Amino acid sequence: MALLSVDELSITFTGRGRRDIKAVSGVSFDVDQGQVVGLVGESGCGKSVTSLALMGLLPDRGVRLGGRAEFDGGDLLTMSQSRLRDLRGSQIAMIFQDPLSSLNPVVPIGVQVTEILSRHRGLKGAAARKEAAHLLDRVGIPDPTRRLKEYPHQLSGGMRQRALIAMAVACAPRLLIADEPTTALDVTIQAQILELLKELVDEEGTALLMITHDLGVVAGLCDEVNVLYAGKVVESAGRRALFEAPTHPYAHGLLGSIPRLDAPRGEPLKPIRGSINDRIDWADGCAFAPRCDSYTLECLSGAVELTEPREPAHHVRCVNPVLPAADVVGADVADADVADAADAAGADVADAADVASESPVAAAKKTEAPS
Amino acid sequence: MSTKTDKIDRLAELTAQSETSTGSSLWVEAMRRLRASKMAVIGGCIIGMFVILAVLGPWVAPYDPTAQLWRGEVRTNQGIFIGMRGENWFGLDHLARDQFSRILVGARQTLLVGIVSTLLGLAIGALIGTVSGAAATLGGKVGGRIDSVIMRFIDMMLALPSLLLAVSIAAMLGQSITTVMIAVGVVQIPIFARLLRGSMLAQGGSDYVLATRALGVRRRRIVLAHIVPNSLSPVIVQTTLSLATAIIEAAALSYLGLGNPDAAVPEWGVMLAQSQKYFDQAPMLAVYPALGIIITALGFTLLGEAMREALDPKLRS
Repeated sequence: MALLSVDELSITFTGRGRRDIKAVSGVSFDVDQGQVVGLVGESGCGKSVTSLALMGLLPDRGVRLGGRAEFDGGDLLTMSQSRLRDLRGSQIAMIFQDPLSSLNPVVPIGVQVTEILSRHRGLKGAAARKEAAHLLDRVGIPDPTRRLKEYPHQLSGGMRQRALIAMAVACAPRLLIADEPTTALDVTIQAQILELLKELVDEEGTALLMITHDLGVVAGLCDEVNVLYAGKVVESAGRRALFEAPTHPYAHGLLGSIPRLDAPRGEPLKPIRGSINDRIDWADGCAFAPRCDSYTLECLSGAVELTEPREPAHHVRCVNPVLPAADVVGADVADADVADAADAAGADVADAADVASESPVAAAKKTEAPS
Repeated sequence: MSTKTDKIDRLAELTAQSETSTGSSLWVEAMRRLRASKMAVIGGCIIGMFVILAVLGPWVAPYDPTAQLWRGEVRTNQGIFIGMRGENWFGLDHLARDQFSRILVGARQTLLVGIVSTLLGLAIGALIGTVSGAAATLGGKVGGRIDSVIMRFIDMMLALPSLLLAVSIAAMLGQSITTVMIAVGVVQIPIFARLLRGSMLAQGGSDYVLATRALGVRRRRIVLAHIVPNSLSPVIVQTTLSLATAIIEAAALSYLGLGNPDAAVPEWGVMLAQSQKYFDQAPMLAVYPALGIIITALGFTLLGEAMREALDPKLRS
């Protein structure tokens, strides 16, 4: 039994006089101790809402939750708020995206760290301050006793995120949810923060649920990856498997659209057409179909289930998954490392596109697609 | 050698000092901005003078404000009044009392009414606002309902014209200076309650509140240690501005005859009311207390506006 086991989680926003919005529908994944699981997807695909639902932080009005989220023998979705409050901060903690707005501007850092220590560990006064300084030191904030007296606006962006991480790990939680922890930071700081998170996972055996849109973060950190599109998992695989052989056209497109240093000069980027807004209800077919390059009529003939077209434990929700012509790439992929594999995957896109453009279905689609 | 090490030691000391002197909060920042504002300085000076007058009034007043020392010289039935002169800077009033002394002594009454009534309104209003705001932000469904009930009650109070409300309260409680304080204070309650609640709601949706909730901090602590301190700046501004309106409203109630029944105790509103009868013969008798009211109200308004600018989160660097 995994530490956190999310089963068929669905989140629907309801509003009087408005049609319901399915933010997340039927998302399942497991997070084990010492494991880093990624939830990847573009803005609006339901990543952050998932994390808030797991923390019990969604408002109780206007939100309908479905499914289960087993954590330590209890269901996080139906647990009482008072039990959740005891769990939050001590067993499950969360790191937010924007470190400046996530810290109270009028309260010194020290007070914000010690209040968690006194809430969950019963530390008071000098003992709490000492432990707080120790925590700041542990997350790599120099001169921690001085920093404790400072206000959030006096700290740099990286230090603020470190302080937030210190608060999150103050009670050695078993599950850490990081919601885009590096998005608001610049690249050098991003690397440091990821390094710190990795250390915490390795040393403490904390389970980490990493929510991000950054495939670089996934490549550097995650063991298992779930690619979300429009509130559903479209591909779920181990990191290596995903980067070596992205099989859902969306995952494939995401990897193909990353700018590469070793690409020839002047070669245009391969974007995914359209935006997440023009989507289809998952019950009617594949929501990604309007943006997909290998779209066929079959895509819209009813709900698409997760299958394992390539290898076990590599789930894909697609009727025409991107499968390599085995004889072309097979041998290469076998012993290539992650970066090379992504390269090979990039080549696949071109192949698949070529093949598709010759098929009659693709030709029909071309006429109806705008521009 | 020794001088060199001394120098290094001193240098180390200096740098250590400069490093430890960094902890400055947003309030300190706001104070710094406030001092740089001309409006705040002028407003502050006016209020400062006013406070000094109110405290020292009875001692610096040249004459007893209730004594009719020049009884023979003023004949109201013949329209003879004494204006400014060396002995009496602001002249004499209709009962031949020194107007300057009365203005000085009256400052204390006015300030007292203004401050006490505003504090009363602030205390009760802030309490109601905190309860309502806390219920709305963190109380879930039940809290939402509690908030609705409180707010409808507050809306009812706001729907009544403030002077009408004050007059009815004053009429109910009888004629005294305490009545004026209570009446003016009650009128301020809904303003403070609504303001603090609104400000708390805005803070309740902010990221840091979500982050503290994600850390399992208790609701009472989230409200008192996080939401309320961040919601206070509009309330502080409103308090300063309210002092101005409270002084004006207190004067208005006194003017309407609901204030201190003892007409001998000088109070600006009462003085204004009494001078009305002789306005065509001695307009200056009305001008002095009116100017007093206007200038002090102006002082509080200037300071309040300057504080609004200093505490504006959009201007924070």
